[in-house]
Amino acid sequence: MIEAVGLTKRYGRTVAVDNLSFTVKPGRVTGFLGPNGAGKSTTMRMILGLDRPDAGQVRIDGKTYHQLDRPLRTVGALLDAKWVHPNRSARAHLRWLARSNGLPNRRVGEVLELVGLTSVADRRAGGFSLGMSQRLGIAAALLGDPQILLFDEPVNGLDPEGIHWIRQLMKRLAAEGRTVFVSSHLLSEMAQTAQDLVVVGRGRLIAQCTTAEFVDTASETSVRVRSPQLDRLREVLLRKGYALHVEPGVDGNALVVTGSVTSEQVGEIAAEQDVVLHELSVRRGSLEEAFMRLTGDSVEYRTDGQGPAGPAAAGSEDLMVAGGVNR
Amino acid sequence: MSVLGAERIKLFSTKSPWWSSLATVVFVVGFGMIFLLTTASLVREDGPAVPFRVGVSTTQQGIFFGQMVILVMAALAITTEYRFNTIKTTFQAIPGRTSVMLSKALIIGLLAAVLGEIAAFASWGLGRLLVTDFDLTIRTADQWRQVAGAGLVFAITAIIGLAVGALTRHTAGAVTALLVWAMLGEQLIGAIPRVGDKIQPWLPFNAGGHFLGVGPNQNEGAQTGTDLPYNAWGAVAYFAGVAVVLFLVAVLVVNRRDA
Ligand SMILES: Nc1ncnc2c1ncn2[C@@H]1O[C@H](COP(=O)(O)OP(=O)(O)OP(=O)(O)O)[C@@H](O)[C@H]1O
Ligand SMILES: [Mg+2]
Repeated sequence: MIEAVGLTKRYGRTVAVDNLSFTVKPGRVTGFLGPNGAGKSTTMRMILGLDRPDAGQVRIDGKTYHQLDRPLRTVGALLDAKWVHPNRSARAHLRWLARSNGLPNRRVGEVLELVGLTSVADRRAGGFSLGMSQRLGIAAALLGDPQILLFDEPVNGLDPEGIHWIRQLMKRLAAEGRTVFVSSHLLSEMAQTAQDLVVVGRGRLIAQCTTAEFVDTASETSVRVRSPQLDRLREVLLRKGYALHVEPGVDGNALVVTGSVTSEQVGEIAAEQDVVLHELSVRRGSLEEAFMRLTGDSVEYRTDGQGPAGPAAAGSEDLMVAGGVNR
Repeated sequence: MSVLGAERIKLFSTKSPWWSSLATVVFVVGFGMIFLLTTASLVREDGPAVPFRVGVSTTQQGIFFGQMVILVMAALAITTEYRFNTIKTTFQAIPGRTSVMLSKALIIGLLAAVLGEIAAFASWGLGRLLVTDFDLTIRTADQWRQVAGAGLVFAITAIIGLAVGALTRHTAGAVTALLVWAMLGEQLIGAIPRVGDKIQPWLPFNAGGHFLGVGPNQNEGAQTGTDLPYNAWGAVAYFAGVAVVLFLVAVLVVNRRDA
């Protein structure tokens, strides 16, 4: 269990984390979601006692990080896979970590085996690929067999196989009853792994709820219609109070009806008016669109004056929020 | 204890401390022998006319160069942690930063002490083999101090290197600051007319050198430039005091800073 209360961190004039409160429960994967620069990494550093909050505090099973005796036995974390000495072997890296928390040397072999690095354990970590570094970082996080695990963007830069492996691992760790807190800037990624979400933007809490709730409330449906009598249909729909806009496309203009509307309603109205339909389709807004709408005001970096949920941003899969700077 | 063990593994699981250790001994012995052989031949030719003699401390004149390597090695022990961000992993594993700093100081200080003893006695031993027409036998307590004291001076030197490394967090910055101070700064200040002589005893590396009889104020029985405000043990106590103050400031800063 992780409890953050009123967490605040400033770096000079930037407020990286702003009065953030949330709880992370055991037995579930909790996603920590927010666009680039939202303060996710900063929050994780504060949880681990690396950065000192300007206000507020974090408690881990009721204790501050500094109060934990042999903290690796309670909390394991992978914040950055490149935080190893390049000329030290993977085994030596884990050996000093194990020793620092009084863990038996046998654990080193066990976690190396678990992440599949046994055969390269004596090679210098500086020569590792990103995927291998990530596995080493996970081995370090699991070393003390902790009940609480933190991962900061663990799938960043991994190939599909690596991504799959990490997702399965996180689910398994949560199923074993552990607390798993994992950050990401992609809602589509979190939708596949996390049961709960803590959503932040510009350092502030936007939502804390289950992933299902978030997706339901956040993503709205719309109905798209094409017709040779588009203007007529548009007038009728407007008169009936539907919100809509015209969307130009390769197959001519289309109407997109938004708000709480079903394809049945639109089809019946068209039939009443004897309007011929060439297309009637339901579109569920992508998770990323929903995410952008919610965090829209909180996106720190924008490419231009265009709103974060603007048409240029919408639609593309796995889009990073409003072309944010990747850090 | 586990923190000490972790720091020990960390120090010896990369190559650079091994190279630094070798360099320390080679520098001390190498420069020491050059100095010894040159001095010996000068004294042989000019006899009592030269203002210095050949004795036990003549074999120890390479100490300063080894000391410079120790400074760099000790600074690197912490600046590389900042450079590769393993300092974050370290403080994550051991949130008590003071104990991390103390362990580092103990490990690097011990290594420096051992290297100091090896280098000093190797210099003296080799000197006795190379120069047989002068008496290089260690007899007096002063002579023992001048050779066996190297370990203590090296350990103190390592603490200074570690403290400055922790304060700057950057290898280049720390090494430049340390070497410029020790090799240039103290010499230049000592050379300032009139006041230089007064300040010189209070320059930490000069004080450390005085303890070993290798400072600018001392050379095997001959010319003692200024009247020093302390004896040899006072000198090393002052040197250690400077190291302790620097180290305490470093510990304070490390505890207050974000990792
Ligand atoms: N050590 C630091 N010094 C100064 N500013 C910092 C520091 N760390 C973070 N910041 C600033 O704090 C804000 C939050 O950064 P943080 O890295 O926590 O965001 P993030 O949510 O992890 O983003 P990303 O998804 O890009 O990793 C940013 O504006 C960043 O520039
Ligand atoms: Mg981040």
